[in-house]
Amino acid sequence: MTDLPARLERPSALAFVVYALAIALLVWSFDGAGWSAEKLLRAPPALADFWSRAWPPSTQNLPRLGWKMVETLQIALAGAALGAVLAVPVAILAARGLIAGRVVNTLVRTVLGFLRAVPDIAWALVFVVAVGLGPFAGMLAIMVDTLGFCGRFFADDMEAVDKGPAEALTATGAGKIDVVACATIPGAMPSFISTSLYAVEKAVRSSTILGLVGAGGIGIELKVGFDLFDYPTALTVILMIAVVVIGVEQLGVWARNRIIGEQR
Amino acid sequence: MRTGVKTAPVIDISVDRLAKSYGDGPPVLADLSFKVRQGEAVALVGANGTGKSTLLRCLMGLTLPSAGSLAVLGIDPAFAGRRELRALRAQTGLVSQKHNLVPRLSVLTNVIHGILGQRGGPTVWSQTFATDAIRMRAMAALGKVGLADLADRRADRLSGGQSQRVAIARALMAGPRFLIADEPCASLDPSAEEDVMDLFFRLVREEGVTVVFTSHNISHALKYGDRVLGLARGRLQLDAAAIDLGTADLRGLYD
Repeated sequence: MTDLPARLERPSALAFVVYALAIALLVWSFDGAGWSAEKLLRAPPALADFWSRAWPPSTQNLPRLGWKMVETLQIALAGAALGAVLAVPVAILAARGLIAGRVVNTLVRTVLGFLRAVPDIAWALVFVVAVGLGPFAGMLAIMVDTLGFCGRFFADDMEAVDKGPAEALTATGAGKIDVVACATIPGAMPSFISTSLYAVEKAVRSSTILGLVGAGGIGIELKVGFDLFDYPTALTVILMIAVVVIGVEQLGVWARNRIIGEQR
Repeated sequence: MRTGVKTAPVIDISVDRLAKSYGDGPPVLADLSFKVRQGEAVALVGANGTGKSTLLRCLMGLTLPSAGSLAVLGIDPAFAGRRELRALRAQTGLVSQKHNLVPRLSVLTNVIHGILGQRGGPTVWSQTFATDAIRMRAMAALGKVGLADLADRRADRLSGGQSQRVAIARALMAGPRFLIADEPCASLDPSAEEDVMDLFFRLVREEGVTVVFTSHNISHALKYGDRVLGLARGRLQLDAAAIDLGTADLRGLYD
């Protein structure tokens, strides 16, 4: 009868050190994040108190909140659309092996990385300073965030597209821009649309909180609700955000399935 | 039946001691020399991995040779500048095993893309923006392959045989002087294969186009080629008129 292999592999000394360091890092992070079991135990009664004061959600300001939600969606749609359109030429420069050389590819990818690294709420603060309070600052923040997100993924999509049609057109003497326009972009189009739909979902989620810094949308109503202890209105806003975000996500899933189904 | 050449033949392709290796690996092509006359159809045969596709890529300037020289329509793709290479490619067409149509675009748009080497820009990116003259030229090319009625169908909704016919129409759209066909029918079922090969060679002979094609089908090489070049381990083992060869002469190349 042969011996069964051990269920667990004995870690090497290096692996043991890595595990120990990882655990130490986690403990350090919890400490830095102010982990407090005492506060956690005190939270449920406080939450129950908030809930008792918030329920039932207020329907008094529903028309005004509804219009604010419409404005939120407008910010998200306009910003995401503009960002996705601008992302196409930027992604062409970022994609390796299309038009630009490695230096330009790296430079553009670094800039896109920077656009993504700065949170959308920070972009909103910057644009509030630049163009003033209101939805236009929010739209610009969403646009920049979408540009960073779509620019990177569009470039990856174009790099991954089947090279056959592009090579066939290159063999006929077509220029690089023509090859990109006629073979690479149409080949990557399903992925572009799928990424753009995800960008819209992301933009809707983001745009609901931009109002906290004065960049338009329903976020300001949430802030005012909490500031004035008008918890029923704040709860209404939270529920409206949840319904709209879930609705947009479901719409995105449906549209993506349609597009990917269409592709084959 | 082809007519005999009375004057000195025009040489479209001249390959002299061509060699190609990748990195430190063994040579894929070695000491390869041959010429192809204008209007000639040359079959390139040999087992997998003998360098047929590499040779075709060298002829198109998509791969640079490691040694030797070649001239395609008077231009060496290895030393041509970008403009010269584009001018050469504008006179060259490619029909490959994978068809390589752009899947989501219409048949007509795919055919119009055949003239991108001669004129680029948004007016030939889609049939929507193309001039009437270009659209009619593309429809005529589609008519030649018998698919004018499928002009507005999406390319990814065609059968394999239809797809290859569209690829042929796209290649003929520019009125090329030289065509490369890399296993043009390898992905088709036998009946579609015969139809497409018959159509392809009828059209290229009508247009007087020089053709270099690869095929694993020995009978196709003998039926459609004027001349057969046989490769083994990257070297030219056979260069003879198709009419002088039998299937037994080619089988040795696959041993």
